[in-house]
Amino acid sequence: MEYLIQQLINGIQLGTMYALLALGYTMVYGIIRLINFAHADIFMIGVYTALFTATRYRVPFPLVIVISMVVCAVLGVVIERLAYKPLRYKPRLSALITALGVSLFLENFCALPFMFGPEYRSFPELIPPKQYVILKQYNITVTNVFLINLLVVSVLLVGLFYLVHHTMIGKKMRAVSLDKTTASLLGVNVDRTISFTFLIGTALAGASGVLYGMTYTSVQSPYLGIWPGWKAFIAAVIGGIGNIPGAVVGAYLMGISEVYATSISSDLGFGIAFAILIIVLIVKPTGLLGKKRQEKV
Amino acid sequence: MKIPYILKKHKVIISLLFLYLVIVLTYRTGWLSSYLLQIIMFVGINIVMTVSLGMINGFTGQFSIGHGGFMAVGAYASVFLTTIIFQMAGSSVPGQSLLGYAIFFPAVLIGGLCAALTGFLIGLPTLRVKGDYLAIVTMAFSEVIRTIIRVSEPLGGPRGVSGIPSMTNMAIVMVFTVLSVWLMRNFLASTYGRASRATRDSEIAAEIMGVNTTQQKTLVFTTAAFFAGCCGGLYAHILQFIHPDNFTFMKSLEYLIYLYIGGSSSISGAMTGAVVFTAIPELFRSFQIWRMVIYALLLIVIMLFRPNGIIGDREFSFIKKNNT
Amino acid sequence: MKKFLIIFFIFLVFAIVFMSCNKKPQEIRIGGIFPITGAAATFGKSSQEGMQIAVDEFNQKGGIPISGNKMLINPVYDDTAGQPEQAANVCRKQIDQNGVKAIVGAVMSKNSLAIAPICQSKGIVMISSASTNPEVTLKGDHIFRVCFIDPFQGTVMARYVFNELDFTKAAVLYDNGNDYNKGLAHFFEEEFKRLGGEIVASEAFTDEEKTVDFKAQLTKIKAAEPEFLYLPNYYAADALIMKQARELAMEIPAGGGDGWDSPKLTEIGGDAVEGCVFSNHFSKENPSPQVQNFVTKYREQYGKDPDALASLAYDAAYVLLSAIEKSGSTAGADIRDSLKNMNMEGATGKISFDENRNPIKSAVILQIKDGQQKYLTTVNP
Repeated sequence: MEYLIQQLINGIQLGTMYALLALGYTMVYGIIRLINFAHADIFMIGVYTALFTATRYRVPFPLVIVISMVVCAVLGVVIERLAYKPLRYKPRLSALITALGVSLFLENFCALPFMFGPEYRSFPELIPPKQYVILKQYNITVTNVFLINLLVVSVLLVGLFYLVHHTMIGKKMRAVSLDKTTASLLGVNVDRTISFTFLIGTALAGASGVLYGMTYTSVQSPYLGIWPGWKAFIAAVIGGIGNIPGAVVGAYLMGISEVYATSISSDLGFGIAFAILIIVLIVKPTGLLGKKRQEKV
Repeated sequence: MKIPYILKKHKVIISLLFLYLVIVLTYRTGWLSSYLLQIIMFVGINIVMTVSLGMINGFTGQFSIGHGGFMAVGAYASVFLTTIIFQMAGSSVPGQSLLGYAIFFPAVLIGGLCAALTGFLIGLPTLRVKGDYLAIVTMAFSEVIRTIIRVSEPLGGPRGVSGIPSMTNMAIVMVFTVLSVWLMRNFLASTYGRASRATRDSEIAAEIMGVNTTQQKTLVFTTAAFFAGCCGGLYAHILQFIHPDNFTFMKSLEYLIYLYIGGSSSISGAMTGAVVFTAIPELFRSFQIWRMVIYALLLIVIMLFRPNGIIGDREFSFIKKNNT
Repeated sequence: MKKFLIIFFIFLVFAIVFMSCNKKPQEIRIGGIFPITGAAATFGKSSQEGMQIAVDEFNQKGGIPISGNKMLINPVYDDTAGQPEQAANVCRKQIDQNGVKAIVGAVMSKNSLAIAPICQSKGIVMISSASTNPEVTLKGDHIFRVCFIDPFQGTVMARYVFNELDFTKAAVLYDNGNDYNKGLAHFFEEEFKRLGGEIVASEAFTDEEKTVDFKAQLTKIKAAEPEFLYLPNYYAADALIMKQARELAMEIPAGGGDGWDSPKLTEIGGDAVEGCVFSNHFSKENPSPQVQNFVTKYREQYGKDPDALASLAYDAAYVLLSAIEKSGSTAGADIRDSLKNMNMEGATGKISFDENRNPIKSAVILQIKDGQQKYLTTVNP
């Protein structure tokens, strides 16, 4: 019992990490139907931004998150304007390849010796780590970093939900997502709306970068985003790509099932994401919470 | 000077023979080192890899980014066969004898078939649904296959397989490259090729015209996987050592880069990309760390300003259908 | 047809450019094949620095006399990026284009396994600095190494934990996608059981470059209640594992192999790795003159302390150059015969080779104390 609960907590921890990333993927995909491969690398930039602001300038924790979010958001909008916007009405594949190119560029450019370099770094302790024993009889522990993760994710999620469903810009985003041409006929500035979506999505990547650094206290290399990014994207697909609650559900499903599978066998844990993805594609290709879109000719 | 008709008619074959003679002669006389010969052989294999990837991505409009995974399947399957049979033969290892090749060629073909089978199994659930799922599934697949190899002891596990007999030589690579490109060109010029292009241009329109797009996509995907598997088999018998890390996601990405910079919607484009980008990094070894940065930038610039690649959708005259 | 000719000319131009760099060397060229970029870049850099010190030492003496005239040593360094394919490429390049007489490298076993058959078939001596996989030197009689092999290291640690630390219940957590980690874990378990101890949990994870969350495995290990945790992985993963173990309130001591030898271990691990022990090739605190000579020179040159990889590469290059000096020839077979009878004291201990061209040497056990590596004891084979 004790064992299962502790593993559940581990799973929630992992799921939280995936959730923030999956939200960014799902937002961008929802609005322009593009797998933003560069998202994982913007997340990486977020980790390094947090690392440098915290070690060089000793910025306090809440400010680190804000700086990281701003840097990532600016980068995201710049990338969108330079690389994706000119291709908006070209074949979809061109944009996808460009996204791959941007991702490769960010990784390899940042790995150059005069940039971040390829070596491991340790991430500073932004807040002094503490452990809390909950459920005394079972000796289950959680860390304060874990609680902060949960808090930040819930705040951002509620904020995002409010933004998309109860504000003007959210309404515009949903309109553009449904039909760009009609939206622009009705007076929605499509370009600005798409940029805004990138801004929000990449800002989330920045926030998750800080949380990643705090949780794992190490920064592997500029390639660190690839793997979590890939899993987060699968989570978004499982939940129904383009669907905000779906991304979160998918992320927690993946995190928890990965931890339980790993505790049975590490190889199983590695393959479980792939297995779930294939099953979902066969049974419900639109994802758990996704709705079927009718294609019109 | 009047060129005899027979030379004109078979000029492609004759120039290929000439190229082969030049390579072999320069190698025999010691002008061409074994290092360069190896790179020329990799060029041939990379041509087939890139053209077969072009069949999926350029001609059928799908987005597969795990082509290296099929190469891994082919390499491991064929190596498994050759090393096991050669080991059973014991001390009288056939090696580069007639018997050796009698084992080697079927082994490479079986490697290709294994890759085709995996391609078929992956394509089945993924190609049915529209969208970019193929991209994410192939990417996942290439990592999963690598991990399966890493943790499975009979396949050499994380040690890799060493002591593979050196079976592939220049003649084999050359014949294989020419034959594969010829086969793929004919495939793409046939009804199937047209159906592929129709699927790429508009899936709905193709369906209305009576093309079974799912079947078409699966067919192309499986065929391309077959060629990638054969490439893997040959590659393993050049390198004489394979390791799961030979087939990382980076490897697949390299083929994508060759393809899209060269030109995805023509065989000539894919070939040019493969030749140029296999040879150039060897010239600039000291710029190694800049290589991927430059490739990535090139990829973005090409997509923005010349989305059909350097060559575009033109074909070299020797690729065109009415020529050979 | 025109286009075909153009392609043909491109080929020809490449061939000519390639061949033009093929000069007859006036000095002795020695190849160094290390991972200068990629995930193992720090290992490659250290190795190259260590090798350079040995080369400089010989060049300051005026070079090596070969049939009467003294020849300087010119090292040729190439990068494997940790990739076997690239290792094979640069190895052929060094032998065919640069005309190297012998090769120091590679660092990772998978790269050494890729280049060993090439060196053997070309009759070039290869001396690996840090490939611990037993199979490497079995590729032929031109293949040597200066580091001890995986079975030895795992066994040493098992004996130390059982005999000196008096623990009888141990757990192992390792990367099962890497032969180094797998080998150490396997031999540790075997020896520990042979001595009468019990392995209460043997858990694995897949690919330490990708894994950052080990809590699932650690929770499982914690439930088995071991007294000692053996982590035969590289420093970065192990530092993370230790941190997460402490977060799960596991306060047991831990240990590892030479993959722990990096200042980053304490930088990432902090208090979590305090008191942990690990086996290594070399300790910079060792008072022997060879060690101190190397450590001072390294400090002068690079302004930092050498690690095990640097000292191993130094030893590999040093023993190789001494062998060339002794035989007075740069032919592969002569260097090989002279190496076989080598017996010298290096920065990582005594070096002489057994019949499988592996060194017969001792290991040191180090402990992390106040964020520094402290020398504990030397274990002889």
